[in-house]
Amino acid sequence: MDDNDTTRGADGLLLPQSDEDGAPFWTYTARGELRVQCCASCRVPRFPPRPCCPHCQSFDTEWRRVTGRGRIWSYVRPHPPLLPGYAALAPYTVVLVELADAPGIRLVGNLVAAADAPLDSLDPERVRIGAPVRVAFHTMAPGVVVPRWLLERP
Amino acid sequence: MGARSGTLKDAAAIVGIGQTRFAKHLPETEKALACRAVLAALADAGLHPSQVDAFASYTMEETDEVELAKAVGAGDATFFSRVGYGGGGSCATVAHLAAAIATGQASVGVAWRSRKRGSGPRPWTDTRTQLAVPAQWTRPYGLLRPVDEIGMLARRYMHQYGATRDHFFQVALACRNRANQNPAALMYDRPLTREMYMTARWISEPLCLYDNCLETDGALACVVVSAERARDCRQRPVYVHSAAQGLPAQHHGMVNYWTEDPLTGPAWTAARNLWKGADLGPEDVDVAQIYDAFTALIPLSLEGYGFCGRGEGAAFTEGGALEIGGLLPINTSGGGLSEAYVHGFNLITEGVRQLRGTSTAQVHGAATCLVTAGEGVPTSALLLRN
Repeated sequence: MDDNDTTRGADGLLLPQSDEDGAPFWTYTARGELRVQCCASCRVPRFPPRPCCPHCQSFDTEWRRVTGRGRIWSYVRPHPPLLPGYAALAPYTVVLVELADAPGIRLVGNLVAAADAPLDSLDPERVRIGAPVRVAFHTMAPGVVVPRWLLERP
Repeated sequence: MGARSGTLKDAAAIVGIGQTRFAKHLPETEKALACRAVLAALADAGLHPSQVDAFASYTMEETDEVELAKAVGAGDATFFSRVGYGGGGSCATVAHLAAAIATGQASVGVAWRSRKRGSGPRPWTDTRTQLAVPAQWTRPYGLLRPVDEIGMLARRYMHQYGATRDHFFQVALACRNRANQNPAALMYDRPLTREMYMTARWISEPLCLYDNCLETDGALACVVVSAERARDCRQRPVYVHSAAQGLPAQHHGMVNYWTEDPLTGPAWTAARNLWKGADLGPEDVDVAQIYDAFTALIPLSLEGYGFCGRGEGAAFTEGGALEIGGLLPINTSGGGLSEAYVHGFNLITEGVRQLRGTSTAQVHGAATCLVTAGEGVPTSALLLRN
């Protein structure tokens, strides 16, 4: 691996490469807050973040804090060939979580046994579509924090 | 007649098809392969390269029209276009040429795709040029490859509608059976059994090895001219009866996870316009070439293009429906799953062969063929007839 590769953390996992619209999301996760972009005019949440509201075309936005609770909408278990950091941990569980307080917003993430546990830490037999989950925050690299997901009923 | 009435219907025809050999590794460059496929298609049509004045390909195509035109000795070009979204652009390349020809912007168009995906790099392995949107929302979590992204929709589809791995196997089997009839197919001499499928290694659960398209080096091309000119060409014309592109409202590309109903994909949008512009409906389609980067895309496409109702796509595959003699024979050269994966261009050329009556798995008396482009991305489709 290239030592100057700023796209990866020490463990070879890819760090989020933010754009201007998405940057506030990562600023808030670094503070341990899960927030979604909403229209400041019509209040409709939207994801992924973008410059204006597709419903009312307003450019006024706000970042609304959500409870971090949701349900598994779907999931996959990737196996190699994968990028090296991921291949080392495969198979792991990638979930799509539908947020309880913003239905229609579904966040991709990892279902793990604990916030800082390895990607492959959860027994795959425990994964079910519809299972309630809650957010936890994991530091991938200094200042880079990603949401992860824990089963509500471990 | 097409141009005067403001419609594309039967105004243009595919009169030439060409391809290179398909292999896991071909020694020549993508550019050389592109030239060979285009020259083969022109020879098939009985047209000289100097007569070509229009080009269309994919944005992911590495050989641009400038390089291709000067290499093959094309004439002055008056129309050239590129279509985005990987395999979603396949049918649109022909559609753009047909529209240009129907409106008098050009007279002889060439569409092509050359790709060394068998021996060359895969887009997903590039960690530096990943798009910030939406990669930041997916890739850090190890949702890295197209198979992971589509696997997410496949799992939900199984959960919501009772689709099983046996349904996906029916898709893989139909494609493999057709490849076993096609000497040009990579899987020509490799039969597939249910046992092989069910014990295959996972790539991204719920999708296994045989749910994934092949890794192929190869190139294909076709030639499009006006219906009037087609009558003077060497081959029986295959008319572009209808064509459509589809980018649904609020669609997100491969990771279409943020719409109200992620399982209603671009096929539904393309289909509405495709049938609107046609004298035919799904019940009139004799054979279909449906984009099969992954088996799970087939049931979703069957629903989108109206061969069955919502949620019925998996059940549709039962009872040999996709085989020759079934309700809807599909991917009769083996498709991306078992002939070659060249971003779906082999589905277009096979559609042409079916309507010429020259397929290695000929559907008797085939007069209409639906060809679709990548589902799960902004897509396109062609309804061909002879």
